Amino acid sequence: MTGILPPDERVLAAPIDLNNTGHYLHWGVVQLSVANLVVIGLMVVVFVAALLLPFPRGRGRR
Amino acid sequence: MGRRSRPAAVPDPAAFPTRPYDLLKEFTIALVVVALLTGALAAVFSSPDENPVTLASWSRADAADFTTTAVAELGGTSGTAQYGPPYNHTPDAAQKLGPLGLQSAAGVRIPVDTANDLVLRPLRDSPEPGTVTAALAAWDSAPAARHQAWTTAYSDALAKAPGGDPAKIAGGDYGPVPALTTRLLGLARSGALDGELRSGGKFYQTDYTRPLLFLADGSYLESLARSQHLGGDQWGMMNEVGNFPGQAWVWLFAFWYQIDPFKSSGNSDALVWGLMALLSVILVLLPFIPGLRSVPRWTGVHRLIWRTYYREQRQAGHARHK
Amino acid sequence: MSRSPRVTAADPYSATDGGWTGAMRRRAVGALPPEKLLPDGQPAYMASWIYVLGVLSVAALIVVIVSGGLLALKGPAWWTGSATGLYINSLHLWSVELFMFFMVIHLWGKFFMAAWRGRRATTWITGTVLFLGSVGTAFTGYLVQQNFDSQWTAGQARDGLNAVGIGAYFNTFDFGQMLMWHSVLLPFVLILLTAWHLLLVRRRGIVPPIDATDPAGQPPPAAAEASAHHRDEEQ
Repeated sequence: MTGILPPDERVLAAPIDLNNTGHYLHWGVVQLSVANLVVIGLMVVVFVAALLLPFPRGRGRR
Repeated sequence: MGRRSRPAAVPDPAAFPTRPYDLLKEFTIALVVVALLTGALAAVFSSPDENPVTLASWSRADAADFTTTAVAELGGTSGTAQYGPPYNHTPDAAQKLGPLGLQSAAGVRIPVDTANDLVLRPLRDSPEPGTVTAALAAWDSAPAARHQAWTTAYSDALAKAPGGDPAKIAGGDYGPVPALTTRLLGLARSGALDGELRSGGKFYQTDYTRPLLFLADGSYLESLARSQHLGGDQWGMMNEVGNFPGQAWVWLFAFWYQIDPFKSSGNSDALVWGLMALLSVILVLLPFIPGLRSVPRWTGVHRLIWRTYYREQRQAGHARHK
Repeated sequence: MSRSPRVTAADPYSATDGGWTGAMRRRAVGALPPEKLLPDGQPAYMASWIYVLGVLSVAALIVVIVSGGLLALKGPAWWTGSATGLYINSLHLWSVELFMFFMVIHLWGKFFMAAWRGRRATTWITGTVLFLGSVGTAFTGYLVQQNFDSQWTAGQARDGLNAVGIGAYFNTFDFGQMLMWHSVLLPFVLILLTAWHLLLVRRRGIVPPIDATDPAGQPPPAAAEASAHHRDEEQ
């Protein structure tokens, strides 16, 4: 059901095709897509990493 | 525990020792990194593009649902017909936020007469076979009560027919309704109804209210949406079709619809919007809210962020007290 | 009207006249002198990766606007029928995801730093309004894709908007209206708010740590003194 491309502009499909049926996780009242869970998980990882990773001291200009 | 009545004034950053920090270089690196990351994500995952539903595709895929919806529009029993403002004046239809009737207060600013706008006018504006001319005349000359009787009887019969197929309904007094809706189905299948409803007689037109109201009144569009987890009770507003990430940032907005009292309230939308408006104001005005504005101090995450500074302060304190 | 006194090139801002223009110039330069607008140093306590989330958000916003501009070049219907258009649309979608990603983490960081302290409430307010405005702008973006998503999103959102009376004036089913809000009105507001937010950050400087005291009241700590000395040596 994706948009139809004119023949002369058909290219290889995206290497990772996310157009398949979505995967969803259910915990009680919560329903969360795997994709959203990955995004939220990455946000937490980046946040924690930003807090913990040592920042270069004034060693000069980066 | 001693408490200050006021926190000490926050010192001026300029008073502190400085370190070199190249803002423009940092910005340039950030821009390049984000541009490359975006380019890569776009190349690897692309983006979703599900074809829109048209009245033509709907009527071909699910004629029964289309016909049932058309009868409801004609009989004034569809979702739109019973919606209230901004489309029409339906008593007790508007939602309220406690004592506030904001939906009513806004008034009927997008007037829609479902019978005329969505069924009868498109029929009249298209070439009319003789049966349709006769059916329209019969409709026009009958009182409103007869309209109601015919449409109610026909929609009941459709509900009982196998697969909702108009060809398989029991006999009964449906007046001109079958002729009108059969012709409307034919117009839809040919694609003409899409054009009729969209243009409304105008040349330039960018307002899709009429065809979208018609689509939204049926079950077909919703069934497609629910199969993609986009329904309201499926946390749908957070989701995207397929496996694409959606709008995780509306998680709290979507959450309220899943629980009572919102879930089973006739005013659920007004209540959720009112609550989210309140929470947003609290977020924006957080600096002025005692208690909430002290949460960062209590959690202590800042001790991680500024650990170098706090360590140096402790060392300096020890050095001074030797 | 008295003539403004002659000013020398070495001290162009000492004029006391100059009408509205002069007053505006003095006010702007007083609030943000060049060394404050574009400093090449920051307080030594600005030593955490959490600080880069702000500039990453701005960078992502720029990619959003540029990719949106590219989509605008050939109009809203182009991307669904063209492979190049689909790629540009993907750039727009993923830059928006990155923008919201970085901005929310930036918000988390600023919350835990209580970054509104020290007359920085307006910075916090502009930031949170930017966040809420971005959510709204992204919403209008979904409405103008001209595909199934747009149809369903429009119907769902309309119920909420109608329930509080907004839908009578802001019609999600009106593609033309939604397109102009998404590509003209809201980006204009977001850009102005972003500029204001950034200027406020430069004007107030980076908020000191919680419970930090003015270092002028005590001898500087040994480590900071060494790094300040190091910086002097670099120059």
